[in-house]
Amino acid sequence: MSEANPSVGNTSAAPTTLGGATLAEVARPRRSLWSDAWRRFRRHRMAVAGAVVFLLLAIGVIAGPVVWHGDPRKIDFARSLQPPSRVHPMGTDDLGRDVLARVMLGGRVSLSVGMAAMLIATTLGTLIGAVAGFLGGSVDSILMRITDLFLALPVVPLLLLLIFLFRDSLRRTFGAETGIFILIVTVIGALNWMTVARLVRSSFLSLKQKEFVEAAHALGVGELTIMFRHILPNTLGPIIVAATLGVGAAIITESVLSFLGLGFPPDTPTWGRLLYEGQNFLDFAPWMVLWPGFLIFLTVLSINYIGDGLRDALDPRSRL
Amino acid sequence: MSQQRIWSLMAAVLVGAIALAACGGAPPAQAPTTAPATTAPASPTAAVAATAAPAPTAAPTPSAGRGAGDTLRILYWQAPTILNNHLAVGTKDVDASRLILEPLAAIDPEGNFVPMLAEEIPTVENGGVAQDFTSITWKLRKDVQWSDGSPFTAADVVFTYEYCADPKTACTSVAAFRGIKTVEALDEYTVKVTWEAPNSYPYQVFTSQRGAIIQKAQFEDCVGEAASTAADCQAANLAPIGTGPYKLVEFKPGDVVIYELNERYRDPDKPFFKRVELKGGGDAPSAARAVLQAGEVDWAWNLQVEAAVLQQLASQGGQGNLVTYNTANVERLLINFTNPDPALGDERGQLSQPHPFLTDLKVRQALALAIDRKAIAEQLYGPSGYPTCTFLWYPPFAESIADIFKDCDQDIDEANRLLDEAGWTRGADGIRVKNGVRLSLLFQTSVNTLRQKTQELIKANWAEIGVETELKSVDGSVFFGSDPGNPDNIGHFFADIQMYTTGAPEPDPTAHLCGWVSSAASQKENEWRGTNNMRWQNTEYDALCDQLRAELDPDKRVEIARQMDALIVSDVAMIPLVARPRVAGASKDLQGYNPSGWDSELWDVANWYK
Amino acid sequence: MGRYILRRLIFAVPTLLGISLVIFAILALAPGDPLAQFAADPSVPPEAREQIRESLGLNDPWYIRYFKWLTALFRGDWGYSFASRVPVLDLIAQRLPQTLQVVGVAYLVSILIAIPIGIISAVRPYSLFDNLATTFAFIGFSVPTFFTGLVLILIFSVRLNALPFIYDSTLRVTDWETFVRQVRQMIMPVTVLALFQTGSLTRFVRAAMMENLPADYARTARAKGLSEQVVVLRHVFRNSMIPVVTLLALGVPTIFTGAIVTEQIFRINGIGELLIKSIQNSDTPVVMAITFIFAVLVVFFNLIADVLYGVLDPRIRYD
Repeated sequence: MSEANPSVGNTSAAPTTLGGATLAEVARPRRSLWSDAWRRFRRHRMAVAGAVVFLLLAIGVIAGPVVWHGDPRKIDFARSLQPPSRVHPMGTDDLGRDVLARVMLGGRVSLSVGMAAMLIATTLGTLIGAVAGFLGGSVDSILMRITDLFLALPVVPLLLLLIFLFRDSLRRTFGAETGIFILIVTVIGALNWMTVARLVRSSFLSLKQKEFVEAAHALGVGELTIMFRHILPNTLGPIIVAATLGVGAAIITESVLSFLGLGFPPDTPTWGRLLYEGQNFLDFAPWMVLWPGFLIFLTVLSINYIGDGLRDALDPRSRL
Repeated sequence: MSQQRIWSLMAAVLVGAIALAACGGAPPAQAPTTAPATTAPASPTAAVAATAAPAPTAAPTPSAGRGAGDTLRILYWQAPTILNNHLAVGTKDVDASRLILEPLAAIDPEGNFVPMLAEEIPTVENGGVAQDFTSITWKLRKDVQWSDGSPFTAADVVFTYEYCADPKTACTSVAAFRGIKTVEALDEYTVKVTWEAPNSYPYQVFTSQRGAIIQKAQFEDCVGEAASTAADCQAANLAPIGTGPYKLVEFKPGDVVIYELNERYRDPDKPFFKRVELKGGGDAPSAARAVLQAGEVDWAWNLQVEAAVLQQLASQGGQGNLVTYNTANVERLLINFTNPDPALGDERGQLSQPHPFLTDLKVRQALALAIDRKAIAEQLYGPSGYPTCTFLWYPPFAESIADIFKDCDQDIDEANRLLDEAGWTRGADGIRVKNGVRLSLLFQTSVNTLRQKTQELIKANWAEIGVETELKSVDGSVFFGSDPGNPDNIGHFFADIQMYTTGAPEPDPTAHLCGWVSSAASQKENEWRGTNNMRWQNTEYDALCDQLRAELDPDKRVEIARQMDALIVSDVAMIPLVARPRVAGASKDLQGYNPSGWDSELWDVANWYK
Repeated sequence: MGRYILRRLIFAVPTLLGISLVIFAILALAPGDPLAQFAADPSVPPEAREQIRESLGLNDPWYIRYFKWLTALFRGDWGYSFASRVPVLDLIAQRLPQTLQVVGVAYLVSILIAIPIGIISAVRPYSLFDNLATTFAFIGFSVPTFFTGLVLILIFSVRLNALPFIYDSTLRVTDWETFVRQVRQMIMPVTVLALFQTGSLTRFVRAAMMENLPADYARTARAKGLSEQVVVLRHVFRNSMIPVVTLLALGVPTIFTGAIVTEQIFRINGIGELLIKSIQNSDTPVVMAITFIFAVLVVFFNLIADVLYGVLDPRIRYD
């Protein structure tokens, strides 16, 4: 049995709540799960580097426009397709707009869409997979058939249908920007949870037969506690991988949605959209594509290293 | 992997969309949409028509006669799916079938009829067209054989009419067969078409793109529902027997068509190539690369690519030329005269609900004046667009390209003055208001890179006169769809302004111009299928349409058409933006082509040589 | 196990019926028009479009159309395509070989690359090799295929003029020379796809291996004096395969649907290309057939994955 579980059992922090309780625990001198985790995370050099890069990206897109006064929407044909220069550090696009300003504006949308959609997909997938794998039997059958259904759905017509059903009412309820954000994030999240669910379920299937689970049962620990406190932490590896891959996929999916007319209004630049629109300029104005492409890559890479670090830090079995 | 699948699905769509889009303004394309481009009609005169590339214009005699060349490689970024011209679902099908099936007469780039299967073009002078325009009599060539060796006769022409006259056949070319009373064979080589009423455009049927003659022997049992359901007919739709310069070797729907020389073709010196490969699929920018940069193909259809990209490819590629030819298409803004406010529920967009501010002529005039058409045409469309102040930008209505952009330069000051004069004053946020109504517009179009950029430019222009604009883009297959339950299409027009391309498909503009009359307003009662989707009501225009329909004198007809066009522009029901010639790509050594905007791009493929 | 499989197979019938109903409803209710290509084209006036919709049976309510579709399906009739008016199955049969060839090869290649890389990365985490592999995996994953495809075309077709980028689907491999041509035209699409798939697969293999390397049984095996190689390959690897097998099995149906973007870029007449064009053209019978066959494969390969768990991990019991 795993040595791991006792330690999880002993700490009072539930892995599911990363909120307030954590701080209290960190403050305590005794080593808790979270202070342990933080200590281990810090040792993970790539993870720290990833976190720093990601933070810089986030700060850059949020605070950047305060420092950089370029106008992302000002059209000026006299300046079109200029290579990077002091005036335009990332060059200009075919309509003479400042690429840096557009990348900063687009980054806000892309990062928030990527993170939010990933959270939705991962949470949904983990819940469904955990319930199916843990309870088994007919619950498992039904949930997995629903997963099959989602895997088999034709995505594009479904999107067209959803937009046609919900765009106007969301727009009215939440306003143009928020409404569309909610729609997009939900749609991407709701269409991408299946892999996570299948992975979590398969891990649960194999873990629930393990001795530590039987021991917990024998001790009279409640089902929910077993599920979320004992088994779930052991499945974090694949979940985190799927989640980190999900951010990049969501960022790019968003650009696809824009092209279906489902995305943000056409004048909102997002990274995916910049990449897509710039692709044909690759031979003669590579800066239009390389910047957004590089930033998507950097985001995915840094989130992935953060994920690796988190996994190692949270994994009760690893004792770095 | 499921994620990958989803995203790849979507991405695919994207690629598609882009492609479509890319297309310039065109209508969107690929899919569904595009139509406009498709059929576009077009062109006028050579004068007007700036043919860009070194134009090889129809050199009638290829250097070395029949079968001297190897393979002609043609690339369409939409793939043909059917070769029966009358069941075609897009231009790609119409064009791909044109190598095999021919009409009685084609239309050249100048708008002149060129006999194909006919001996000569019937006119009033030669007695072919009745004095009262109630009938037209075609004399057929006697030396034409189908590629299976049987003779081509009047029975085939009559049969083609019977085939499409049955609504169950579901011909997509039915419009060409409207208003026909009878089609009869006077003898083996003479066909007479009688109209129900005098028809000022008697060449409507059996000509150009949708006039291909199909073989009676092959399709005899395919009239009605059988056209799509019977196995033999399904096979025939994919492998029609024709009279054209090439015949079919192999066809993979949605992918590639392979043709070989038809030895029975009537002109002993043509065609030049032994074999033709027409490959479909991909997107327009990569088609442009294939012909201009990589030299992988000889001809690439409809290069709807942003100007900046296209010009770079053409100048740096070195493998091919751009070929520009005119159509009647104009990219335009349509103005909604009814109120699209969703709060109105069922009354939305009905004629009983006038638009809160677009009914004010001064507002419409100001919107038109604020737009910088020159920038849109030159910067975004490049070789595929000319700024225009008129919809009839081709001869005989316009003399030259220089003629069509006069007196509609951007004038922000004048636009602001008009709005001030009309009592629209700027609020704290810079947006004009009058009696509590804000000048705030919802502006929709199809998803297409070029269109989205145009939208942004126009939004910036309107911001300068204190008008706020919200942009919306709709997938082409939805925007141009006719599904009555789809609120996002051009028929419902639940926005304040919309933008797309259209134009008359034939040199005669009557049917097109009369599509905007008051009675054709698109309303709930007609399931939003009226052609006048601005719901513009103008009795003067309606009267001009009646006059045009009744007038048979060509000069007077031109005059009336000009008046109608001027009325649309002066009342600002629609704002013409860009006249849209089409751009194709040809390899440097290809010669003899002369693409026509009034007919298929491949109408004269028998003349092509290297 | 036998009873379990039988039960799952029987259960598959209502599942598939349910899936087909939902798919059909989505296709029928989503806006679109088979004739939208003729969009604003006045030569196909609204009445004509209406007539054509009528003749294609598009004016019936969707549940009646579903019922008709289903009863025809039981007779083995999958309907005909609106765009080409040929039986849907003929179209699919024509395209399947290309898809299986290109997508299947790419899938194999990425499995063959991802598994060893994932294992080495997991055994030596945060080594130079691992960091390089991670970086490449993420380039592969975060760069969309339309972009990698374009880069390859620019380099190999435009600059070097070495590889064709228009796929010749009429090429028949009969001798060495045609074989070489076939390989040449497959290089770029296979590379694009493999690059994309290898990225995420490597990550999953690595993660699964990392889960198991510190496990008790691995320690026990090491304590017994088994060499590290045997421990990794024989013990850890086998146990790590459970989540990986899930992914691989779930990925097999996608070989059938093809790789839409890649097929479009290189103009390969595969199923993915057919699907996307049919969706754009609202060619419902074709979309319905492809998605339904895909659903059957998904259900079937999920079953296979579940059965494989049992084989790989005898402790998993199905009741």
